[in-house]
Amino acid sequence: MFSHIPLWPDAASTNAGHVDALYIYLVLICASMTVLIFATLAVFAIKYRRSHNRTAHPIDGSNLLEVAWTVIPFGIFLTFFVWGAVIFFDERTPPQDSTEVYTVAKQWMWKFEHAEGQREINELHVPIGRDVKMIMTSQDVIHSFYVPAFRIKQDVLPGRYTTAWFHATKAGTYHLFCAEYCGTEHSGMIGWVIVMEPRDYQAWLASGGGNQPMAVTGQTLFAEYGCSTCHRSDTEGRGPNLAGLYGKPVVLEDGRTLIADENYIRESIVDPGAKIVQGFKPIMPTYQGQISDEQLNALVQYVKSVGQTSTGQASTGQAATTQAAASQPTNDQNTQAQPAMMTGAAK
Amino acid sequence: MATNEAAAIVPHEEPNPALLHHFVTEEQQKNAASLGMWLFLAQEVMFFGGMFCAYLVYRYKYFGDFGSASQTLNIWYGAINTAVLLCSSLTVVLAVRAAQLNKRKALTMWLVFTILLGLVFLGVKGIEYKEKFENHHVPGPSFAYHGTVPSHPDQQVNPRHAEIYFSLYFAMTGMHALHMIIGVGLFGTLAVWAWRGKYSANYYTPIENAGLYWHFVDIVWIYLFPLLYLIDRHR
Amino acid sequence: MATAVPVDVTERETYLNSGYGIKSWLLTRDHKRIAILYLLSVTLFFFIGGFFALLIRLELLTPAGDLVQSDTYNKLFTMHGQVMVFFFLIPAVPAVLGNFLIPIMIGARDLAFPRINLLSWYLYIAGGLLMVYTILAGGVDTGWTFYTPLSTEFLKTDVITAAIAIFIAGFSSILTGLNFIVTIHRMRAPGMTWDRLPLFVWSHYATSIIQVLGTPVVAITLVLVALERLLHLGIFNPALGGDPLLFQHLFWFYSHPAVYIMILPGMGIVSEIVCCFSRKRIFGYKAMALAVLAIAVLGFLVWAHHMFVAGISVYSALVFSLLSYFVAVPSAVKVFNWTSTMYKGSITYQTPMLYAFGFIGLFTIGGLTGLFLACLGIDVHVTDTYFVVAHFHYVMVGGMVLAYLAGLHFWWPKITGRMYPEGWGKLAALIVFIGFNLTFFPQFILGYMGMPRRYHAYPAEFQVLNVLSTAGATILAVGYLLPMVYFVWSIRYGKPAPANPWNAAGLEWQVPSPPPTSNFEEQPIVTWEAYNYEELGEIPDQQEVPVGH
Repeated sequence: MFSHIPLWPDAASTNAGHVDALYIYLVLICASMTVLIFATLAVFAIKYRRSHNRTAHPIDGSNLLEVAWTVIPFGIFLTFFVWGAVIFFDERTPPQDSTEVYTVAKQWMWKFEHAEGQREINELHVPIGRDVKMIMTSQDVIHSFYVPAFRIKQDVLPGRYTTAWFHATKAGTYHLFCAEYCGTEHSGMIGWVIVMEPRDYQAWLASGGGNQPMAVTGQTLFAEYGCSTCHRSDTEGRGPNLAGLYGKPVVLEDGRTLIADENYIRESIVDPGAKIVQGFKPIMPTYQGQISDEQLNALVQYVKSVGQTSTGQASTGQAATTQAAASQPTNDQNTQAQPAMMTGAAK
Repeated sequence: MATNEAAAIVPHEEPNPALLHHFVTEEQQKNAASLGMWLFLAQEVMFFGGMFCAYLVYRYKYFGDFGSASQTLNIWYGAINTAVLLCSSLTVVLAVRAAQLNKRKALTMWLVFTILLGLVFLGVKGIEYKEKFENHHVPGPSFAYHGTVPSHPDQQVNPRHAEIYFSLYFAMTGMHALHMIIGVGLFGTLAVWAWRGKYSANYYTPIENAGLYWHFVDIVWIYLFPLLYLIDRHR
Repeated sequence: MATAVPVDVTERETYLNSGYGIKSWLLTRDHKRIAILYLLSVTLFFFIGGFFALLIRLELLTPAGDLVQSDTYNKLFTMHGQVMVFFFLIPAVPAVLGNFLIPIMIGARDLAFPRINLLSWYLYIAGGLLMVYTILAGGVDTGWTFYTPLSTEFLKTDVITAAIAIFIAGFSSILTGLNFIVTIHRMRAPGMTWDRLPLFVWSHYATSIIQVLGTPVVAITLVLVALERLLHLGIFNPALGGDPLLFQHLFWFYSHPAVYIMILPGMGIVSEIVCCFSRKRIFGYKAMALAVLAIAVLGFLVWAHHMFVAGISVYSALVFSLLSYFVAVPSAVKVFNWTSTMYKGSITYQTPMLYAFGFIGLFTIGGLTGLFLACLGIDVHVTDTYFVVAHFHYVMVGGMVLAYLAGLHFWWPKITGRMYPEGWGKLAALIVFIGFNLTFFPQFILGYMGMPRRYHAYPAEFQVLNVLSTAGATILAVGYLLPMVYFVWSIRYGKPAPANPWNAAGLEWQVPSPPPTSNFEEQPIVTWEAYNYEELGEIPDQQEVPVGH
């Protein structure tokens, strides 16, 4: 039983390698510091132990030393900060063309829905060699999506999306944990991430059968809920044309500009009055409580797809308003225009 | 070593009966009490600060809804209460002055005036709370809100956001009113002791400290009044 | 030098024999007696919290959740955290040792507000009783962090009474801090200038600032949680338009500085002890005083490093990560200065010094692992895992509890007028050190492997390290029980202590052991610098007190 005691987690994503390298760097530096301090303590403790032929030598201190051991450690700490920040920046910036998986967490299970339409519970199948972006929300309390083998963790909050992404590199089955205490069966809210070779993954996708892509489900809902009466694909609609909206800047009625990310689209459905697009009236009713999180995800995925693929029904004819918004990046706010940087940001 | 050489402190010729045994001089005692009060007020600033922080977050987040909810408050109640509190701050100052001048009756009178003004404030607050209750503006299961965003007459206010406004309204004014009640109780005790002649020009620290507390409660209201009543009255 | 002749305890009037009835204790305004009241009550809560810890470790002996139900387990770690943090770690050093020593150290007869001091204890007891009631009524399972909306909308347990208990205990803490600040400002003896204050006093001054300015924020936050639970206000509930992250911001605004409430007084203790047993003045007095103030101030600016994965923006995460490295610097400065203080000293290894060695070592590890958590890229992986659990136990238990034990041993002769058995003291220090490392070091590895905290059951590959940890906890428990036994023993059978058994600097060693009720017969006038050990010479040899009788 004790022959094999694991002391290091599997590393199965590009990010895992980055984090491990930084971790080893910190361990080495901090271990040297510890050894240095312990050795000095030991040497002093032995060398300067009480003896009869010597008395303590009064020393007040040394400003030079104080400055030195203020500045030098801080310089070392700054390397930790910068390297850590670079990795964090990367972890929080999903690549543009990621495969997307929507996640709904609830006490005490993980529900996944791939953009292709496959649904699974407490199991997440992903391919090697693709960027996978998790778009997550919770139905009840705060949970946390944690895959140690990917060195990725992101809290999952009710009422908004948070995102995480990874690029798996090694086939295998890895733990998926809930890392934020969420009530009675918190430790039971675990699952598996199954990383597959691309070919196996395609086979797995195909084996589902009868699934329609989320965008298609969303399109149906878009019609069912009457969204399409106002959000028309021409300039005549009472609501903004949604074609090509995703990832683009939107000018709001109060003059602010923001990037239309998943959270913005989601909020516009459940709380339409929160951010009114310039040139439109706040007439849209709220859909809070009328549609499930899964339906919301499908609608968001549909809105994102409109204008992005050639099959989208409203792919042509960019509405004048959207175009105007896109073509007038107000200078001072243009710096915000890094898509997905603000995902999960507390507004 | 030095302990033995230390000169004993020369005792006062007429020790002030209010001087506690562990203080060396009256001045030390007064300074200690005053610093203690200021620290207590610093603590109070942080205590209310938590709620002001929450207020600012949601005011920013639900700008129009807060404006609309704010308009339902009766500005006259707020204004009257502001005036009442400012007057009460004056009566407290006059009480301290009376103590400094050894005027026992005047001190008691000003303290009683302060109490009365405090009660007027609480009474008006009670009327306001009652109206909220009748209008279903008290957060909870019976909460209901209909209104439009001030800058968008055609946009309905999200009642849940208005409810947050009223939650903060009740939390902040409620906590403020609790401080008022404590202050009134404090001044009641002090008034009795003042009448019995406990305070004089030699010893009026409790009056001064209670006054500081009262001014603080007053200042909190000076912030609450614009934040809760006046934020959307410019039209 | 002050008389090193043992004084017969039975004849002289001391704070202990100035009155015997229960009323003479429960209505006392003597800071020394109030310190004893605190000593008894925090010890009680320490063993309550420790009992929960032991049950947690027993449950984690096996991967399956087989000893207790998951709800019970959740209550255990919640109440372990709440009892330990709010009823032991925060009050222990300030309210026991600080209360006893600060007035004597600065040459005052009492704290500035003796009645408020007693009120603080009663508030602490009121909060404590409510906490005990909560425990007996079934306990709470929010986690000590009360995260919303779990705590406000989803749990069925007695969250409100737990919140009120902590609210009340919080005001005890505020009043203690307020009392200390005023005392240190206004009650110093003539000649006790700011640059002559013992670092123990400086560190309590810094601690008190945090207590006064930080605690009210968590107090109002817990009020809002209770109101939210009672009336469903929605301030922290996303389903009603609220923001759960606002709760986390407000909570950590206090609860991160609270860590410094726990560790700063311990740093003060260690400064006193390292100087005494090295027979040297502290290396870099000004830097040490400045460092505790810097920690207190910077400690208020780093709270959101608990929230890097909680959903805050990338930019605020960057700022809080950088600021966290700022606060690490003064902590490092302190470690370097303690080490340098020993340079060319004349070092002896009595029990308090052994604990101080342990403190410096464990605090170093605890502090350095904090750098891992401040590092964004690593924090994403290890936050909410056992890495965090190990880190903060290294700081709070390895740091604060060892410092507390060091201080208790150092000043025990002063407090009780009795010597404890030195041999047993050293043995216990060794057991605590070994037990502690065995308990918590494996948890660093567990954390990096990815074992989440607050897990009732866990995957089997984590078992070996968990078994080690539980074994360590058993040893640690023995290490904590031992001092309890010989301290109690020493009160009756210990050798009477002289006024200054360690030949230490500081006013508290110039009054008899135990001190008289008024501390000083005459107002002392201070004419010497702190830690004037070059004038004091060596520690007198003491014959070992035989163990047993």
